[in-house]
Amino acid sequence: MGEFLINAGGPIPMIGFQIVSLIMFFAGIYGFFTRRNLIMILISVELILNAVDINFAVFNRYLYPDQMEGLFFALFGIAIAACETAVAIAIIINVYRNFGNADVDNIKHLKG
Amino acid sequence: MEYTLFILLFPLASFLIVGLLSNKLSHKASGLIGTTSLTVVTLLSYYTAWAYFTTQKIDGVYQSLTVLNTTWLRVGANLHIDMGILLDPISVMMLVVISTVSLMVHIYSLGYMKGEVGFQRYYSFLSLFTFSMMGLVLATNIFQMYIFWELVGVSSYLLIGFYYTKPAAIAASKKAFIVTRFADMFFLIGILVLSYFTQTFDFGILMSGDASIFSSAIGSSFLGASALVWAMALIFIGGAGKSAMFPLHIWLPDAMEGPTPVSALIHAATMVVAGVYLVARLFPIYIGFTPEVLHGIAYVGAFTSLFAAIIAIAQTDIKRVLAFSTISQIGFMMVALGVSKLEGHEGLGYMSSMFHLFTHAMFKALLFLGAGSIIHAVHSNEMKDMGGLRKYMPVTHWTFLIACLAIAGIPPFSGFVSKDEILTAAFHFSNGMGIWMTVTAGLTAFYMFRLYYNIFWGKATNYTHIPHESPVSMTFPLVFLAIPTVLGGFIPFGHFVTADRSDYTIHLDWTIATVSIILAVVGIIIATVLYRKPSDVPNRIANSIRGFHQAAYHRFYIDEIYLFITKKIIFNCVSRPLAWFDRHIVDGFINGLASATDWVSIRIRGFQSGEIQWYAYVFLFGTLLITALLLFI
Amino acid sequence: MNFLSLFVLVPVLMILALFLSKNRKQVLAIMVTGSSLLVILSANLVYQYIAARNAGAVDPMLFTSSVAWYKPLNINYSVGVDGVSVAMLCLSSVIVFTGVFTSWRIAPLTKEFFLWFSLLAAGVYGFFISTDLFTMFLFYETALIPMYLLIGVWGSGKKEYSAMKLTLMLMGSSMILLVGILGIYFSSGANSMDILEIVKTTIPVQQQYLFFTLTFFGFGVLGALFPFHTWSPDGHASAPTAVSMLHAGVLMKLGGYGCFRVAIYLMPEAAEKLSPIFLVLTGIGVVYGALVAIRQTDLKYINAYSSVSHCNLVLFAILMLTQTAMTGAVLQMLSHGLITALFFALIGMIYGRTHTRLITEMGGLMKIMPFLGVCFVIAGLANIGLPGLSGFAAEMTIFIGAFENTEILYRVLTIASITSIVIGAVYILRTVGKFLYGSIQNPAHATLDDAHWYERFAVITLIAGIVYIGSFPLGVSDMIHESLGNVVAQLVR
Repeated sequence: MGEFLINAGGPIPMIGFQIVSLIMFFAGIYGFFTRRNLIMILISVELILNAVDINFAVFNRYLYPDQMEGLFFALFGIAIAACETAVAIAIIINVYRNFGNADVDNIKHLKG
Repeated sequence: MEYTLFILLFPLASFLIVGLLSNKLSHKASGLIGTTSLTVVTLLSYYTAWAYFTTQKIDGVYQSLTVLNTTWLRVGANLHIDMGILLDPISVMMLVVISTVSLMVHIYSLGYMKGEVGFQRYYSFLSLFTFSMMGLVLATNIFQMYIFWELVGVSSYLLIGFYYTKPAAIAASKKAFIVTRFADMFFLIGILVLSYFTQTFDFGILMSGDASIFSSAIGSSFLGASALVWAMALIFIGGAGKSAMFPLHIWLPDAMEGPTPVSALIHAATMVVAGVYLVARLFPIYIGFTPEVLHGIAYVGAFTSLFAAIIAIAQTDIKRVLAFSTISQIGFMMVALGVSKLEGHEGLGYMSSMFHLFTHAMFKALLFLGAGSIIHAVHSNEMKDMGGLRKYMPVTHWTFLIACLAIAGIPPFSGFVSKDEILTAAFHFSNGMGIWMTVTAGLTAFYMFRLYYNIFWGKATNYTHIPHESPVSMTFPLVFLAIPTVLGGFIPFGHFVTADRSDYTIHLDWTIATVSIILAVVGIIIATVLYRKPSDVPNRIANSIRGFHQAAYHRFYIDEIYLFITKKIIFNCVSRPLAWFDRHIVDGFINGLASATDWVSIRIRGFQSGEIQWYAYVFLFGTLLITALLLFI
Repeated sequence: MNFLSLFVLVPVLMILALFLSKNRKQVLAIMVTGSSLLVILSANLVYQYIAARNAGAVDPMLFTSSVAWYKPLNINYSVGVDGVSVAMLCLSSVIVFTGVFTSWRIAPLTKEFFLWFSLLAAGVYGFFISTDLFTMFLFYETALIPMYLLIGVWGSGKKEYSAMKLTLMLMGSSMILLVGILGIYFSSGANSMDILEIVKTTIPVQQQYLFFTLTFFGFGVLGALFPFHTWSPDGHASAPTAVSMLHAGVLMKLGGYGCFRVAIYLMPEAAEKLSPIFLVLTGIGVVYGALVAIRQTDLKYINAYSSVSHCNLVLFAILMLTQTAMTGAVLQMLSHGLITALFFALIGMIYGRTHTRLITEMGGLMKIMPFLGVCFVIAGLANIGLPGLSGFAAEMTIFIGAFENTEILYRVLTIASITSIVIGAVYILRTVGKFLYGSIQNPAHATLDDAHWYERFAVITLIAGIVYIGSFPLGVSDMIHESLGNVVAQLVR
């Protein structure tokens, strides 16, 4: 534990970033499970993704400072999140148009 | 003698021409084509007979002559089915018989079938039949015989069912085909067994008298009899089916639903004696290696002939009477073959059987054609609609009378000689057999004259249309056939056809002849007394033995037994349950498989609720579970 | 390119041309041209094949060539023919050709119908020319899929049910077949899926037992092996005419062909050992099919059950493992293919007029449509083995060949299957007697017309084939017989 508290690359220890990302991640999970509104679910998903991105960046910066993979993965993640959001919003708009609201329970009508 | 090929080709050609062009040809043209080709065939046959019997006798023995033999199909290393032409005394004799009767029927039909719908079809079928029958008798091997055997069966089916709008004709044709087919199945199995052991179909090799080819068949046994016995017995069953031996006779009386000339040709003179011909053809094997089967044939023939004679007495349909008389007469031929031996005088039975085949073909064809002439005139088959016809139809009357005398065995008509030889042969075999057959001969005289008197004498019927004599095309064949019927007995038949193919001089055994003549005359006298004038004596007699008479009238209920077996057992107890089984068990299993899949899928489809968050829960806890498993196990 | 590939190429080109076609006339023109081309190709093949054999070619397969298309598993597109495949290819051509003429007025979706029809043909041809196990399987599946659509869309009656049942049963069996094929390949240790390569290796006997069962069963279901035949009556009854013809006439022969080409040729030891088990099944099937046919009232069902009986006879003859019986089996495939196609064509034509197939609702049709009636009688007589028509030569060869086996079980089964020729007579004559003969039952039928020219053409072509094989069987039978020498030489006797 002690090792992580050492100030390695800056004023904030690594564990700080991880706590933040942990909170974001589980906030996202919680939101994903409990919210009924699709927009909210989408935001939850974004939270999860961003939490992961933070982890990528942090692990890269703190553990392998001379390599760049983590950062690139974070960038990929952001790009994919953007695309995904675009698609998801499109779907949500269509759901809204069809059902008059953006409730996730509506989606099960798509089942055969 | 390659020209004998044309004996086959002409009828085949006329079948194809008339059959394929049936709606283009007029009645007249198709009749003419058929008759012309048959005339050529007849002349060729006569010429062949003359050429064969004058040139092919070497050292006093007629030689078999394979005019033509080509492979038709190879079936195995050594076995091959050939198509060819075999000339020997019996096949040449059959050529003469078939072509004569067939030509007469062709001519007769020009008048009889005049104006019928399907006249062309009728002639093409007649040609087909003639072709098949010729192929059958000329066969060089047993399989070729089987092939043409089937073809005559089909021609018979087609001709019996000629009036295809009549339910009775359809049923009769079906019955004839299926019953003979059933018998043919045994024939086929017999051929298979025989050929498996001998590795040949060829008559030439089978008849060579070489015992070595049969040694393996004799050596292996099945259920207490040697394979050869089985084979020969099975082959005889095929012959019995075609020749309407008890208990496979049931199709023949029904076959009378066909046009009468057809009955004359197929069901009296030619096809039905195919079984006799078959046994005669294979006679050297029967006598040489399986005499017990031959004796069996004799007993079957003897039983059938008396059985059929009794039924004939009680029938009222004139064609049925003739049909049963045919069965009875074929029984005579079978008996004669069955009691025969091979050499010299011992071979009397064989000779007499072939002789009777010859004479019977002539007089029975005459009888049928006469019956046809009568039916043509009064438009009925029933005796009760006839009577006193001798005044209206003199030619028919006289020829019919001649034929009746011949079949009754009155000298000097042809039937007397041939039948008497059969009786002599039967007495040689055993006294019991001789007496049995003599009694049957007496009965024959009685029922034939019952028929005769009922038609031409008896009550004076009031006809709505006055019956008149038939046209020349119909009376000419009657007169023509009356010639061999009268004179046939004087043919020195023993010079032509004998068991060992050497000369044999017929001389009558006058003791037996006298007895049989007396019996025949007694039969005729009884018939005269009972039926010449209308009287109620016959009815009283029938009533006094009511049960028996009814049984005989219903042909001893053999048909009903068959009907019971086919309809009730095969149709209802086998086929119907099987169809049910197929629909519900076999198919049910397959459908059950499908419904089981369906059932399972309905049960598990609840998992796919479509609620995305439920999926996420499952996913999360699944992940946790797997993680836990990986960590702790 | 090997000219055998043309057999697949022509149907594929037909499909492409059909895509471009604009109206019914063009569709028919394409189909007639294409199918005639196939007939000419087959005739040419026969000629070349016989010429090559006469010139002394002794290879088991002629005109072979091979192109690899999936290296990792050594799957090649290998083609080659022997007498058996030549016979089958000719049969296919005749049936495709006549099938086009019988569906002259098919509607709706004429173009689409022929599209799928051509694909089906491509699959069938591909199957018969292939010598590679996997390619064979591929073509087999290609032939199967169009079946579903053809029955499901253009069929009659409970077509969806039948199409589904047929497809599922055949798919299920082909799954088993695939396992068998892969098993053969891996256990043989050959470095190719080519049959001609595999046959040179020896598959361990223990494994043969398993894979023989799998492949024989897999192909057997397509050949209506009892008791897995129920797809066939329903399928045939629902299918449109040309599809019934092609299906009963050719597709079911794929089963018999496969059984003998793959199961028996590659695994002779297992065939020796296991044949009695399957023989009992097929022997039952022969009699059973015939007996069930007696009870049917729907014309198509009657013929379908008769097909079950005859196809089981094919398998029965193959399992007899004698050269003669196998020759008979191939002859029977040819003969039954033609006869059953003729039957289905005629039934389709009659149904198209009367709109019923129940023999109880018809009567006296012979008077109304003499041409179709006469042809139906000819087909019936051929079906029950009238000499001079093809059924007889085939059945007799089978029976004689079957009799070469001396074991009592074989004898009993042979005799049992011979009874089918009598039972056959019963149901055929009953059918003919009921609906063709007699008086006209339904007055509405009295005004119906007889066959049109294209129908006559199709029917006469088929009858000509039947008569040819029936009257002059020697050439065909010899060609098949010598090809089978290789297969029989494999068997240890």
